Amino acid sequence: MRIVVPMKAVPDLVEEIEITADGTGIDREYLKFVLNEWDDQALEEALLVKEATGAEVVALGLGSDPDIDASLYTAIAKGADRAVRLTGAGEVPDTATRARAVAGYLRDHPADLVITGVQAPDDLDGQLPATLGALLGHPHVSVVVSVALVTDPPEPPAVRVRQEFAGGRAAELVVDLPAVIGLQAARQAPRYAPISRIRQVMAAGGIEQVDPGLAPGSATGASGLAVRRMHAPEKTSHAQMLTGSADEVAGQIVDLLRSRGLVKG
Amino acid sequence: MPEHPGAVALEVTRTVFQGIDLAGKSLFYVVSTAVILVFLYGWYRRVDKYRQGRPAGRGATFWRAVRGKADVGPAGRRDTRTVGTLAASSTIARRDTSAGIAHFFIFWGFIVAFVATVILTIDHDIVGPVSNALFGHTDSFFHGPFFVVYSLTVDTFGFAFLVALVSMAVRRGIRRPFKLGYGRAQNPDQGYSRGRYVAGDWVFLGLLIAILVTAYLLTGARILSQGDPWFTALTPFGRTVAEIYSGLGMTPAAAATVHTYLWWVHAALALAFVAYIPYSKAMHILVDGVNLLASDRRATRDLPGPVPGADHAGYQQISDFTWKELLDLDACTKCGRCHDVCPARTAGAPLSPRDLILDLRQWVDTAEHGITLLDRESRPDATGPLAPAGEVPIAGGVIPAATLWACTTCMACVDICPVGVEHVPLIVELRRSLVEEGQMDPTLQTAMKNLATQGNSFGKSARMRARWTKGLDFTVTDARKEPVTYLWYVGDYASFDDRLQENSRLLARLLHDAGVSFGILYEDEWNSGNDVRRAGEEGLYEMLAEHNIAALAAAGFQEIFTTDPHTLNTLRNEYPARGASYTVWHYTELLAHLLDTGALPVRPLGRTVTYHDPCYLARYNEVVQAPRRILTALGCELVEMPRNRANTFCCGAGGGRIWMDDSMLTERPSENRIREAALLDVGYFVVSCPKDMTMYSDAAKTTGNDATLTVLDITRLVDEALVRPAPSVGAMDVLT
Amino acid sequence: MSSNVMVLVEAEAGGVTDATVELIGKARELATAWGGAVEAVVLGPGEVGTGLGGADTVVRVEHPGLATYLPEAYENTLAELLVTRSPRLLMLANSTVGLDLGAALAVAWDAELVAYVVGLQTEGTTAVATAQILGGKILAEVGMAAERGVVTVVPGSFPAALGRVAGEPELVTVDAPGSLGSLRMRLERLVTPEGGDVDITAAPMLVSVGRGVGSADNIELAQEMADYLGATVSSSRPVVDAGWMPKSRQVGKSGLTVTPRAYLAFGISGAPEHLEGMRDSELIIACNTDENAPIFDVAHYGTTTDLFELLPALTGRLGG
Repeated sequence: MRIVVPMKAVPDLVEEIEITADGTGIDREYLKFVLNEWDDQALEEALLVKEATGAEVVALGLGSDPDIDASLYTAIAKGADRAVRLTGAGEVPDTATRARAVAGYLRDHPADLVITGVQAPDDLDGQLPATLGALLGHPHVSVVVSVALVTDPPEPPAVRVRQEFAGGRAAELVVDLPAVIGLQAARQAPRYAPISRIRQVMAAGGIEQVDPGLAPGSATGASGLAVRRMHAPEKTSHAQMLTGSADEVAGQIVDLLRSRGLVKG
Repeated sequence: MPEHPGAVALEVTRTVFQGIDLAGKSLFYVVSTAVILVFLYGWYRRVDKYRQGRPAGRGATFWRAVRGKADVGPAGRRDTRTVGTLAASSTIARRDTSAGIAHFFIFWGFIVAFVATVILTIDHDIVGPVSNALFGHTDSFFHGPFFVVYSLTVDTFGFAFLVALVSMAVRRGIRRPFKLGYGRAQNPDQGYSRGRYVAGDWVFLGLLIAILVTAYLLTGARILSQGDPWFTALTPFGRTVAEIYSGLGMTPAAAATVHTYLWWVHAALALAFVAYIPYSKAMHILVDGVNLLASDRRATRDLPGPVPGADHAGYQQISDFTWKELLDLDACTKCGRCHDVCPARTAGAPLSPRDLILDLRQWVDTAEHGITLLDRESRPDATGPLAPAGEVPIAGGVIPAATLWACTTCMACVDICPVGVEHVPLIVELRRSLVEEGQMDPTLQTAMKNLATQGNSFGKSARMRARWTKGLDFTVTDARKEPVTYLWYVGDYASFDDRLQENSRLLARLLHDAGVSFGILYEDEWNSGNDVRRAGEEGLYEMLAEHNIAALAAAGFQEIFTTDPHTLNTLRNEYPARGASYTVWHYTELLAHLLDTGALPVRPLGRTVTYHDPCYLARYNEVVQAPRRILTALGCELVEMPRNRANTFCCGAGGGRIWMDDSMLTERPSENRIREAALLDVGYFVVSCPKDMTMYSDAAKTTGNDATLTVLDITRLVDEALVRPAPSVGAMDVLT
Repeated sequence: MSSNVMVLVEAEAGGVTDATVELIGKARELATAWGGAVEAVVLGPGEVGTGLGGADTVVRVEHPGLATYLPEAYENTLAELLVTRSPRLLMLANSTVGLDLGAALAVAWDAELVAYVVGLQTEGTTAVATAQILGGKILAEVGMAAERGVVTVVPGSFPAALGRVAGEPELVTVDAPGSLGSLRMRLERLVTPEGGDVDITAAPMLVSVGRGVGSADNIELAQEMADYLGATVSSSRPVVDAGWMPKSRQVGKSGLTVTPRAYLAFGISGAPEHLEGMRDSELIIACNTDENAPIFDVAHYGTTTDLFELLPALTGRLGG
């Protein structure tokens, strides 16, 4: 079985995000990019499936993503069998273009299972798994928290996934392969790859570069979307700030609760 | 030679093998030869084990030590030991004088007994037969003044030896100090027994005591059988025994018979002991001197790098250990001093440095079918160190991961170990194996990931590092752009922790006021990697160090000072191995200097305070005077806590512990420390490490001592005492 | 091409979800501006829940295969409805369902998609959407093309009151697509929340801890304070993911939505996912050392006091 894990580098949310001069995009120049945390979860789940079934795991990134190589090498260090860097999707591809590039790769290098992050925080036009699933014509499920290969009956090959809903509800679905899974959280926290091993992997190189060509697709996605303006949220309301020593603040809080009858006395 | 009245002209000597016939002598020699062979076999097995270790680079250290030369640390404390240390038993006397004195007499008593036997052998088995063969008569030097001195020496040292042994037996059996208890810090699920350890201790002590007691009984019998010649006055203790025999009515003839029996008992015990040495805790007689002389505290300060040429990180097999580390395992005498001082053990964590060493020893012995007879642990099931070779990994199996992660790398164990065992580098090696396997606390993983992406453990943007300077009314010089005298290496906590930033600003203002030329690296300062390294993430440490060394190379400065003692340690002691040497000070050293020179004019504060020595400052780098000089200069009365200077007690944050969950602790080390301070009549708990500030502020609250004990950084005291200049004349000019 | 606005109705045990009512309210506003109608799509057999009074038409597909949510079945059915009924805009809640269907339908229908929408206005015959990106740190204002579009809306963005109006929508029943017979996925079982633990949705007061609490043992500080206050301890997602709190205590989009009389947040920065689950609490008091934390935008009272100082101080004040 072959599992492909498309990964994306996104701005580190600890950074102060600045808007470009024309106000329609974020200033990417000084931003630190890190692996999308849901993709990290997706990789972990893929590695867990690999451990259970011996599947091959391929980490896939777009060459235009800043620092994506670091994430691809980290994926190998964690146990992915191969890493592939795709080119030819443009400078800052939107989700639809990204999906077409991944679909183009999968057309030439088919996968039984695609596991990717349920979303990326910088997506404006939706989420990769559903876009990709629709483009490929594969069944797809999002907000998944576990994936396991169905071992009986063996035909047709399928995975059993758990999909989460609000309020702690969940559904267990059996999905025929090939399929696309949008992962919310892996069964266990993403494993740690020691830096020395990542550095060894880096020194060895070994990222394959592929220009797949964009899959034909009717996905308009955000390509027609005109971002008119980006801005930090206006503070329509802001909390009234309590100040003073910890004890004074505690006193004010207790008074607030008392005035609402929530604290007796 | 004066005539002795009423006695046959007796030669001043004693008869070797008195009362033993030829058959007896022959038997003795056969058994002795067998004993020596058994001893040599054991010794060979031991040495063969150590030879499996890789080179330790300690040969030169050892031979220097043998020549009496020690290397001294930053403030004059010895990093290596000498034969003098060994001869004086001084490492044993440290913080346990009576044990040190007792060991001194046992040590010398043993040597005297050993040398005495050698002399006798030379005289009787070499000089005698050789002269007989050459000249036809048996020569001997074992008479006359030589014999008198010999007897007096052996008799007095032997008695001191016996008294010391008995005092040790009283200590172990009756006084029973905590450190001699064998309860494990980490309890295996199926239980364990250390009864064999106890048996081994008593066999060792009992054998020695029995050998000495029979020696005196024997000597007394000989003296009585000889008719108590005049020169036995110089064998005072032996003669006392003879007088007791007389008093009990024993005749010289009876004494001769008794002597013969006792001779055999004594010989059997002594030979048994010799054979027993390599198979028991008595092995320390042979191993520990070497271990102590080959030990080097610097290996803890400047950790060894990865095993050269290894295909894995850390330690996974016996051949990964150096011979010194394998020797460390056998060197442990279970004296329990490390067990006693360890903050992790004190806090109820599943780590005792003693147990760690004993478990590793047992693991090696299990794998190698070791020859130790008694001194070992038994368990109902073959788990941990008793598991068959190759069944469980060392890190995370033989030694549980929780045990390894509990270490704060405070170095108290290495510091107090009387025989030169180096626990901390070993723990770090085993942590490296855990990191390789990804067996880490989730919070530690998060910290490591943050450090890898943003260069700080807080997960904040690297660009925010100098944000703490925002509140200052002057701009802190960017040392990357403008040369400065001092580069201030601020560190993560002093830069990013909201509770500590005000302190950093205070220090900046003080230095600014004192006219010190200083600057910082802004976003190019990354975590120095000291604790990253000690958490076993060597690759990340290398990455951080490479970045920082490049940043420092691009900056203009003469010397460095740090806020954080951990940073000081790695910059001062570990970066040089990466080709980057600097003069590195702690800010207390700089402040003390500024107070000494009058650059910071102060008025006396008259406060009564106690001061907490940070481990990485006091124990690792021996900076203990500077903060005390500051307190004196500020007119503060310093009341020392019982555990101070190199004997300081860890706050619990070191070695990466600050990034880990400590919910398994029964009492946090910081709380233990605050309770120690609360017993003193002081209002202030003064610290000089940012991590201490957070650890002890929390601990003062959680122990309910925050009302009476204020935790504050020494910077704040200096600031309060500072006499600020009157409004400048320039300002007046504008007004007129 | 119509000027209609289509809304997918999501229901739960108690009837139509609040998020759906909010969507209908907003759809009403858009459809009025465009001169179109609001079409509420109800999939599956059974009673049509109340709360759809704001719709002009209720489009029903009563196939038993739609009785419980199944991504592929819903997607195929909606894809066909979009073609046959050709609305101008499809509105979905940004829930699991929205994440499954929004992007897929945009591809199938060849429409634009804007996700994480928190604002929606008309501009002539087009819609202008405001969407959250980068964890709510940035808002992007996007002009959508006229022909067709899909939006997934963050629950709580629009007032439910606008949708909660009386009305008698026309009922239209539509046949299910034939493809429902050959689906490539099936539902094996539904999992309901684990019982045994407390129900945080019923608690009158919640003391909620976030990533800022640092470690599992520090939660004790919050627990102790909550005990004196008579409150229940809940948490944000990272705390649950770290294994420090059970899933049943998680507040937020992927956890539970709570509306206690008082919600005290400690060390919670306020990711959109969390805010969605607690913003309607009667009184929100937030403690976070970062004065720019988004939690302060929904909190009524806030403080940047360190939680490690504030929690013991509160415990002290409450008699601890």
